[in-house]
Amino acid sequence: MNVNGGAQSHDVEPRTLLVHYIRENCGLTGTNVGCDSSSCGACTIHVNGEAVKSCTMLAVQTEGDEITTIEGLADGETLHPMQQAFHECHALQCGYCTPGMVMAAVSLLDEQPNANEAEVREGLEGNLCRCTGYHNIVKAVLSLSGGDK
Amino acid sequence: MIPASFDYKRAGSAEEAISLLGEYGDDAKLLAGGHSLVPLMKYRLAAPAVIIDIGKVADLSYINDGGDHIAIGALTRHRDIEISELVNSQIPLLAAATRNVGDPQVRHRGTIGGSVAHGDPASDTPSAMLALRATFVATGPNGSREIASDDFFSGFLETALADDELLTEIRINKVPDAKFSFQKFNRRAQDWAIVGASILVNGADTGVGLVNMDSKPIRSAAVEAAVASGATAADAAEQAAEGVEPPADLNASVEYRQHLARVLTRRGLLESGVS
Ligand SMILES: Cc1cc2nc3c(=O)[nH]c(=O)nc-3n(C[C@H](O)[C@H](O)[C@H](O)COP(=O)(O)OP(=O)(O)OC[C@H]3O[C@@H](n4cnc5c(N)ncnc54)[C@H](O)[C@@H]3O)c2cc1C
Ligand code: FES
Ligand code: FES
Repeated sequence: MNVNGGAQSHDVEPRTLLVHYIRENCGLTGTNVGCDSSSCGACTIHVNGEAVKSCTMLAVQTEGDEITTIEGLADGETLHPMQQAFHECHALQCGYCTPGMVMAAVSLLDEQPNANEAEVREGLEGNLCRCTGYHNIVKAVLSLSGGDK
Repeated sequence: MIPASFDYKRAGSAEEAISLLGEYGDDAKLLAGGHSLVPLMKYRLAAPAVIIDIGKVADLSYINDGGDHIAIGALTRHRDIEISELVNSQIPLLAAATRNVGDPQVRHRGTIGGSVAHGDPASDTPSAMLALRATFVATGPNGSREIASDDFFSGFLETALADDELLTEIRINKVPDAKFSFQKFNRRAQDWAIVGASILVNGADTGVGLVNMDSKPIRSAAVEAAVASGATAADAAEQAAEGVEPPADLNASVEYRQHLARVLTRRGLLESGVS
């Protein structure tokens, strides 16, 4: 498979979860495991450009696919606009949910570039944050949306 | 949580999947989006010896105009159904039910065929299939056969599919002018339904499918008959819990589910133009 633009090839047991493959075989530890039961969204990455929960997929299911993790968003030293917006809007406190939240938010605006507040809140329903109360996260995403604020 | 070990086979086509099913029989499980099966395997509630991955059988992912009906390939993902122009204009009840499945991440991976073939009474889309009187196409070593939605769900996580059959297509008659409503009661945003109801009113025909009101997805013939005989929404909805045995669990008792079924059915009928 292709991860963040580079080829990755490892022999793994079929039962290896995608999130473990990313963290342990690829060494990309930005993707977190929160609930390990598809509820919290901390493990959200992109498979072929769409947000998915990598704790609920087997690595073998994505053979040949394009994977993007939080490490693949920034352009060198320049943060991805969504990362920059999270930074500016103070959309994180402990940061545990942030990689998954940012990946979900990027996918959301790819699909709904003009999302309004209700659509942003609904679009992020698969991601839990225990710190921020969501307010600043929604603000960060809306700052990049072309829709009514 | 890590699943128990299994042998992994990837099927490149429906034919290959069917022949692998023939080869491994009872030991094998098909894997589509994996969003019902992988959690079960992680909790070790399922431990198949062989997994046959059909997730990359691209020619089973489509939404086609079949003239009087819409034909949907079993591997079509929830997200593609949710945003499909054809589904939204011709069978909007299915789009409404699909939008209520989990969260965007789940809808990017889960497939309509997996939702139906899993036979889970708590799933949202089977209730819409029942209300819409969908037809399922099962393909096995001896070719394809059609199964009516009323004959498809046979028990808890059980369907009319044989061990060596694949669900390949879902056919739903176009109902562009029907009034409809999808009602779902849950406690948190992306949760499964405690109870749900799919309502379709197409002229003189009414379809009512219920979520989580029995050990399998069910249709409420009693409510449908009441609407046909001219009952008000409130009176017809009183029938929603007649003769059904919903499960009791941490979220709801039997009585509470019966109450929810009546309330949601009434709201759905009112929203669908029954006064
Ligand atoms: C966090 C989370 C929340 C969810 N919330 C909801 C919800 O609110 N409402 C809801 O309805 N669903 C919900 N789901 C389930 C989701 O809709 C699944 O996508 C769906 O139930 C199964 O589809 P799948 O493609 O993932 O199937 P899989 O998990 O791959 O397969 C499920 C079963 O069907 C069989 N199967 C799959 N495809 C075929 C086929 N073509 N022919 C024969 N057998 C087949 C498999 O062998 C397996 O037994 C949720 C899932 C998760 C992880
Ligand atoms: S760790 Fe995957 S959803 Fe929580
Ligand atoms: S910032 Fe701590 S969980 Fe979101």
